[in-house]
Amino acid sequence: METLEQMLGAHPFFAGLDPSFIGLASGCAHDVSFAAGEFICHEGDAADRFYLVREGHVALQISAPGRGVATFLTVGPGEVFGINWLAPPYRWSYDARTVEKTHAVALDATCLRVKCENEPALGYALTKRVLPVLIERLHACRTQLLDLYGVPS
Amino acid sequence: MALMSAHRLSTTSGCGVPADVPRLGYVRGRRSDAPGVWTLDIEMADDAPCDFAPGQFNMLTAFGVGEAAISISGAPGGERLIHTIRDVGPVSHALANLAPGDPIGVRGPFGVGWPMATPGSDVLIIAGGLGLAPLRPSIYDILARRDAFGAVTLLYGSRRPEDIVFHAEVEAWRREKKINIELTVDHAGVDWRGHVGVVTGLLPRVQLDPSRAIALLCGPEVMMRFVGAALTEQGLDATKIFVSMERNMKCAIGHCGHCQLGPTFICRDGPVFTYERMRPLMSVKEL
Repeated sequence: METLEQMLGAHPFFAGLDPSFIGLASGCAHDVSFAAGEFICHEGDAADRFYLVREGHVALQISAPGRGVATFLTVGPGEVFGINWLAPPYRWSYDARTVEKTHAVALDATCLRVKCENEPALGYALTKRVLPVLIERLHACRTQLLDLYGVPS
Repeated sequence: MALMSAHRLSTTSGCGVPADVPRLGYVRGRRSDAPGVWTLDIEMADDAPCDFAPGQFNMLTAFGVGEAAISISGAPGGERLIHTIRDVGPVSHALANLAPGDPIGVRGPFGVGWPMATPGSDVLIIAGGLGLAPLRPSIYDILARRDAFGAVTLLYGSRRPEDIVFHAEVEAWRREKKINIELTVDHAGVDWRGHVGVVTGLLPRVQLDPSRAIALLCGPEVMMRFVGAALTEQGLDATKIFVSMERNMKCAIGHCGHCQLGPTFICRDGPVFTYERMRPLMSVKEL
């Protein structure tokens, strides 16, 4: 039986993190599973969890009136979603819905924020891990906005 | 006149026929492979088509309209020529809308193709949009002699699920399991159960051994620039990354200069180059 600490330690997001920090974070962790097609969160809800995907895929979606639901990103094993936990107003800015049966580690956002405030080195270490994800996704968004595969005007 | 004769003798396409005179062919089949994308099946009037190397292109003539450089998208060694065309401009519109029985002009094949003589290599094929068309002959070649290669992976990015070119065939390749396939799209509705995101986002899913891998890239130049950079960050040498460049090719024999990119002529020296050679040119604005 794999412990939460082992699950976190094995996830790429926590790769290289000081084991004591992994121990701290594991105190906020839950092993969670979702059925295919299940909503994990909805836009506007409190971003009370940060998810580290272990198995399965999750579609991040935005609904637009008259245009239906659009998936703008899928995240899979080794990836994370729910970065909104780290910055006010701590609200989800999209819906997250599983594409297939999904296993993840959910980190309680309030618990994690308190630990980061009490242990700034943990907060700094996590911020350093969140930033590359944000940069990569921002870069991906720019590329998608270029509509590279569309017909040039 | 004597000068022109000498010129013609010295400019031949890959199989020795004059490179500046179109040969006559007839369209025998036309199939839609994505919205606005058509694949033509061409039979040459005089003989079998010249053999070609994966990655090479022909100049196709829509009589009375014009000529365009179009990559060959069929299998090497076939009796017919297969070309896949996006209906986007006047010439490509005329070509894409040729009906079975219509005549078509063919010059070629031209250019330097993909490095297929790399026994034992792992091959990472990364395509974006219609970039899968020039790569399809290399996939056919790999499938025809699968044991000659190590792990083979195709990463393919499209705009939307319905824009995936050769979608049914790609799914057939996936079912065969001879090559690993990951598809992604930029935008999707709820019906799409595959990946959504840019093609570079698929790279972490690939077990890349830089000591034995080569990468073949074809798609929008911006995409190839980002993928090339990501692959070199993962340790793959720039000399082992190959990109297929696209420019305004007119003569196809390195004379007119329309496709000149810095010191190179895409038609004559490419269209396939090493990323090492193209990297400095790709980052020069307006080039």
